[in-house]
Amino acid sequence: MVAQNFGHALFCAMITLIISFPILGFNLEAQGINVTLTGAKTTTIIGVVLASIIVFGFQLFRDAIMGALGTLPRFNPLAGREPMEPSRRVKLESRIITVLVVLFLFWPFMVSRGSVDLATLVLIYIMLALGLNVVVGLAGLLDLGYEAFYAVGAYTFALLSRYFDISFWLALPIGALLAALFGLVLGFPVLRLRGDYLAIVTLGFGEIIRILLNNWTNVTGGPNGIGGIPDPTLFGMEFGRRVKEEGNTSFHETFGIAYSGEHKVIFLYLIALVLAVITAMVIRRLMRMPVGRAWEALREDEIAARSLGLSRTAVKLSAFTIGAFFAGFAGTVFASKQGFISPESFVFLESAIILAIVVLGGMGSQLGVILAAIAVTILPELAREFSEYRMLIFGAAMVLMMVWRPQGLLPMRRIHIKLNRLE
Amino acid sequence: MLEVQNLSMRFGGLLAVDQVSLDVQEHEIVSIIGPNGAGKTTVFNCLSGFYRPTGGKILFEDKEIQGKPDYRISRLGLVRTFQHVRLFNQMTVVENLLVAQHRHLNTNLIAGLLKTPDYRDRERKSLDRAAYWLDRVGLLDLANREAGNLAYGQQRRLEIARCMVTEPKLLMLDEPAAGLNPAETRDLNQLIISLKEDYNVSVVLIEHDMSLVMDISDRINVISQGRPLASGTPEEVRQNEDVIKAYLGEA
Repeated sequence: MVAQNFGHALFCAMITLIISFPILGFNLEAQGINVTLTGAKTTTIIGVVLASIIVFGFQLFRDAIMGALGTLPRFNPLAGREPMEPSRRVKLESRIITVLVVLFLFWPFMVSRGSVDLATLVLIYIMLALGLNVVVGLAGLLDLGYEAFYAVGAYTFALLSRYFDISFWLALPIGALLAALFGLVLGFPVLRLRGDYLAIVTLGFGEIIRILLNNWTNVTGGPNGIGGIPDPTLFGMEFGRRVKEEGNTSFHETFGIAYSGEHKVIFLYLIALVLAVITAMVIRRLMRMPVGRAWEALREDEIAARSLGLSRTAVKLSAFTIGAFFAGFAGTVFASKQGFISPESFVFLESAIILAIVVLGGMGSQLGVILAAIAVTILPELAREFSEYRMLIFGAAMVLMMVWRPQGLLPMRRIHIKLNRLE
Repeated sequence: MLEVQNLSMRFGGLLAVDQVSLDVQEHEIVSIIGPNGAGKTTVFNCLSGFYRPTGGKILFEDKEIQGKPDYRISRLGLVRTFQHVRLFNQMTVVENLLVAQHRHLNTNLIAGLLKTPDYRDRERKSLDRAAYWLDRVGLLDLANREAGNLAYGQQRRLEIARCMVTEPKLLMLDEPAAGLNPAETRDLNQLIISLKEDYNVSVVLIEHDMSLVMDISDRINVISQGRPLASGTPEEVRQNEDVIKAYLGEA
């Protein structure tokens, strides 16, 4: 067996050498205005050679090593246990969610302003991921242009406040409804497509919105974006040091406390928290309603579902519209948090990250998606020190995840409706 | 109640169904038989709206339905099963029946989110109806199992129950006995007759199992190579020379 692997092992070792030597073995150094090429230190070269020897050895004895690894699960106390009973699992999940919410509630009072800001971003991503989860996880429609609805929500608030002086609270439902309307209008022609074709068209739609925002300069400000988006107010109380609008009072004066910049951040955070909780609860409820069952039925067997009188268009559109609605929600909060938005915030990468959250969390699973949103948003911040390798680590984590747990962190377990009277 | 006039279906150069006519009266079981590839399932697909027929008329309760979208036809009360069972495998048995009652349920989003009394009421009624039909086809004990885990014969019965909760007027069964053992086929036989007698549903049946067809059919239509070959009572069809030739091949 070792002899058979010899050629392959040699090949792998060569590849390692060929790839790593030019990358690590040469350095470009600036000397005045010229750039010179210098060889690397001996230690680096030894390291490269050592690495290829390790690759060679591993490939040579690959079968033996993998066989030994295969016995490892014996040492894993969690392996081979019975799956948890569905009712217990549901209870546990709701307990975890409760703990999370309580933790989130006290979070801003324990940590620094920067952490609260980050936590707000986490909540925005949770909202987005829960919304996309409806479209991708439940209805099974691969939507790669989801950031477009996010952009619609954000720009609705920005434009309304700029041209019509409309406050956050009024813009919130308008932004969400407008995003839902976009979802409806754009869903209509594309929903007869499926799978890859749908993905491509939605991808195109996302780009159309971004390019439109970029080029419609006299309305949206083009690449310069829109600034000066107002903060939300609490029953007419503003959070700034001075009151901007007539008739409003300021928060710190009303309560007779010293002005602090943190009040605003915490308030925005709490708004995001409430909206995220509402999003989660509404979607959880929808999953158990006829419309939720219809989404799943259509995903599982479209022909059977149609033969039972389910209209394909109506069911898919409802998923698309509801997903877009929550993206609009998140967009409004985002605009208010940033105070400034530009098309730069709504690039395809944004969609890709949200989709990654949904896939990592486990399609259709709410708790999984929430945990994945927290992980995906916070980990890059923690890894700031290795900022150069951040995307590399992110990519590697994704690959490892797909190898070890392709079904996601917490794969969806359907909440079954039970027939109780069995007399 | 169903009248098909000169139905034709052409796929490019292939004429899969050629001038087929048949009719179904109320309270009647009509079978469509024919050799493999004769176009029986294509006729079904045209009737249920999966294909848009290239010629002919389909009248259901005196209204033309050819070319209507499939879900509309199903809502009119013309519901079908499939040659290969198509259940929602990851859902439980009872959920399969709830999906089928989608249009009877209150699908108003706001009502569902607020759990209005009307919404609860309908949800309870649809559960009751599901329980009734599960009892009827003998699957009540398995109500909370995943549909994909049922045995094949049980899946067949579940598919029929799933059609019945939609309260159809005409049921179209595509080879319901395929893959069943003789005992199961006898049960199916009883079930289909009872659907007709007790629930006043007309049935159109595609079947290869001749014992089933001859036992329960009121009338039989024979199709061969897309063309109608014969029609009449089981007795007449059994003695028809053309039919014998088509099945046994010409000497």
